Amino acid sequence: MDLRFTPEEVAFREEVRAFIRDNLPADIRDWMKLGHAPRKEDIVRWQRILNAKGWAGLSWPKEWGGTGWTAIQKMIFLEENQVAPAPELSSFNITMIGPVLIQFGTEAQKKRFLPRAANIDDWWCQGFSEPGAGSDLASLKTAAKREGDFYIVNGQKIWTSTAHMADWCFVLVRTDPNARKRQEGISFILVDMKTPGITVRPIISIDGSHHLNEVFFDDVKVPVENLVHQENKGWDVAKFLLGNERTGIARLGKSRERVNASIDMARQVNANGRPLIADPAFRQRVAQLNVDMKALEITQYRVVSAYDQAGGSGKPDPLSSVLKVKGTELLQATTELAIDVAGPMATPIWAQELEALNEPDDLLEASSASVGSYLFLRAASIYGGTNEIQKNILTKAVLGL
Amino acid sequence: MDFQPSDDQRLLIESVERMLADNYSFAQRKTYIAEPAGHSEAMWSRFAEQGLLGLPFAEEYGGYGGGAQEVMLVMQAFGRALVVEPFLATVVLAGTAIRTAGSAEQKQALLTAIAEGSLKMAFAHGERQARYDLTDVVTVAKKNAGGWVLDGSKTVVQHGEAADKLIVSARTSGERHDSDGITLFIVDANAQGVARRGYATRDETRGADISLSNVQVSEADVLGTVGGGLATVQAVVDAGIAATSGEMVGAMEAMNAMTLEYSKTRVQFGAPIGTYQVVQHRMSDMFMTQEQGRSMAMLATMMIDEEDPARRAYNMAMAKVGVGQAGRYVAQSAVQMHGGIGMTEEYAVGHYFRRAMVIERLFGDPAYYLQRLAETVV
Repeated sequence: MDLRFTPEEVAFREEVRAFIRDNLPADIRDWMKLGHAPRKEDIVRWQRILNAKGWAGLSWPKEWGGTGWTAIQKMIFLEENQVAPAPELSSFNITMIGPVLIQFGTEAQKKRFLPRAANIDDWWCQGFSEPGAGSDLASLKTAAKREGDFYIVNGQKIWTSTAHMADWCFVLVRTDPNARKRQEGISFILVDMKTPGITVRPIISIDGSHHLNEVFFDDVKVPVENLVHQENKGWDVAKFLLGNERTGIARLGKSRERVNASIDMARQVNANGRPLIADPAFRQRVAQLNVDMKALEITQYRVVSAYDQAGGSGKPDPLSSVLKVKGTELLQATTELAIDVAGPMATPIWAQELEALNEPDDLLEASSASVGSYLFLRAASIYGGTNEIQKNILTKAVLGL
Repeated sequence: MDFQPSDDQRLLIESVERMLADNYSFAQRKTYIAEPAGHSEAMWSRFAEQGLLGLPFAEEYGGYGGGAQEVMLVMQAFGRALVVEPFLATVVLAGTAIRTAGSAEQKQALLTAIAEGSLKMAFAHGERQARYDLTDVVTVAKKNAGGWVLDGSKTVVQHGEAADKLIVSARTSGERHDSDGITLFIVDANAQGVARRGYATRDETRGADISLSNVQVSEADVLGTVGGGLATVQAVVDAGIAATSGEMVGAMEAMNAMTLEYSKTRVQFGAPIGTYQVVQHRMSDMFMTQEQGRSMAMLATMMIDEEDPARRAYNMAMAKVGVGQAGRYVAQSAVQMHGGIGMTEEYAVGHYFRRAMVIERLFGDPAYYLQRLAETVV
């Protein structure tokens, strides 16, 4: 047991921190510091800077332009990047489709898609969930029928994040409706979003943002060369992808960033005739969050160091479900802290007022924006397998029930 | 970073677990508690034979040469078995005081005797008015021709009754809350003027109130520097926090294992209660909490060797809060999941519950440390 970071890991953190400090465009950082979500152009701009540095293919092997980092290094990078705050790497491109193609893709698919995914020349989205298939993904119905060199896709996906911005979508479709088990008979295909027959309809989230969509497929022709892995073996691909998705899911850096932002705000607002930062109840709440973040940080390093020790090929660690549940609970708690600091100023939507100001009012803007992430991140305990599903996973994997 | 135990550590855990499996069933434990000392002399000898009583001592003192990690692992095993012998009081607390502040002669004499099992010690620092404040010492020591004379009283001294020698803190200068002016003394437990009143504590170990009136000790009995004892007290408390954090993890593991087992056998409404999702999710929560607690116990262990005192204090406080809260949640849930049987004295889960409650408030409780942490928020 050596519970400290190695000198190399400490130096790596310094290197990452310095690079982000020197290269993250100030306008992006300032925008995010106020609590806003990064815009598409912010995400693309930052990921291209990282890609030029060779840091975009976070979990990819070096031969495909990846970093070749250990899991601990990846975790360090994610933390530093989130706490900066900088836009996070596109998870669809980097932690989903990239590793899937590296694992299951043909040589041609890898050459065609990986470099473009790293640079976000293609913006990917994920077509998994359906109106009748949420946490119970295997009950999906969107059908793909083979006709010559094409699949003809018909059906509907829902909760498709950023589909309205996307160039490509990886989609789970049912290719064998008569399969013995629901999981057999599903295939994983890549769909160009410009293909005729695709309709994207916005779903406005409770924070007022347009992030989610419904995607309708109406006789959409997809070349069979866009099949990943084998026909009817898409469930294996999906399981692999969802396993990958969970490793970075604690988003601890984001929680820290939210707490830091709340502390900044608390210095500027008054409560009972003194700055809120001086209020013992507020300070204790921050202290409790710090404790919970510390525990999660160490649990996270336990998971990733075990992963490294297993040569990066270990079975999915049931502790990653702990990361998901505790990480998202914590993230939600930090956004709650922020709106409680904002107080009554959290209620108005200030958009026009802020635009009309000659001088920026950071406090007003941060107060208003805090509610955005509070509302939006209610989804954190729902996406990636709801927290209740995670407890079902733990029930099986750890309790053996 | 590497969280896996080394091969040597694995061997150590296995040998301790084997010994406890053979000798420390819940029923056997009951007979140990019934002995006059409140624990088993035979087990104490066995610990000595196995090298456990010198676990964190250097080999020159007959020790095993282990560090905070080994202590954590052994305490985890002790936590699972609810060991009642004064390992914490003697080896961890008094042992740390002597290792930290002792002269070469003191180390040679005391650590060697502890390691071979012939000396039990207790750490007598807390006072009734002090609550968790380490600087709140009013017991006094006055210089005289023969050395020092001690007057005052100490409270809830763990295993104070069974100890052959005590480490007593007393004020040699300054005022009640001053950091400077606290001095540690090694006091023979049977010295003239030492009166001990032992009592059972809620976790079935023993505590004692100790009064000192006109107790004469020699200059050679001063442990460390005169007036500079607080740093040693702090080191002892840190070692105690790390060790009991490990013990709490062991207790949580045991409670979770018992709860899981019970959920498979207890049938209600025609099915084992473990088949009900509401029970499954509660047990998942208990598991998650246990693992978060384990992470914090690792943090405390890691901090034992941290040289920056501020960083060390901050992280120790975090660990104490995290482990204490985790233990409380798991213990309360374990009793709840057991239902009525969990409320009974004959069933083990309530005994773990009580030990967890005691650990939670040894060296300061979560509320106390949360307050300390709140002061550091900037």
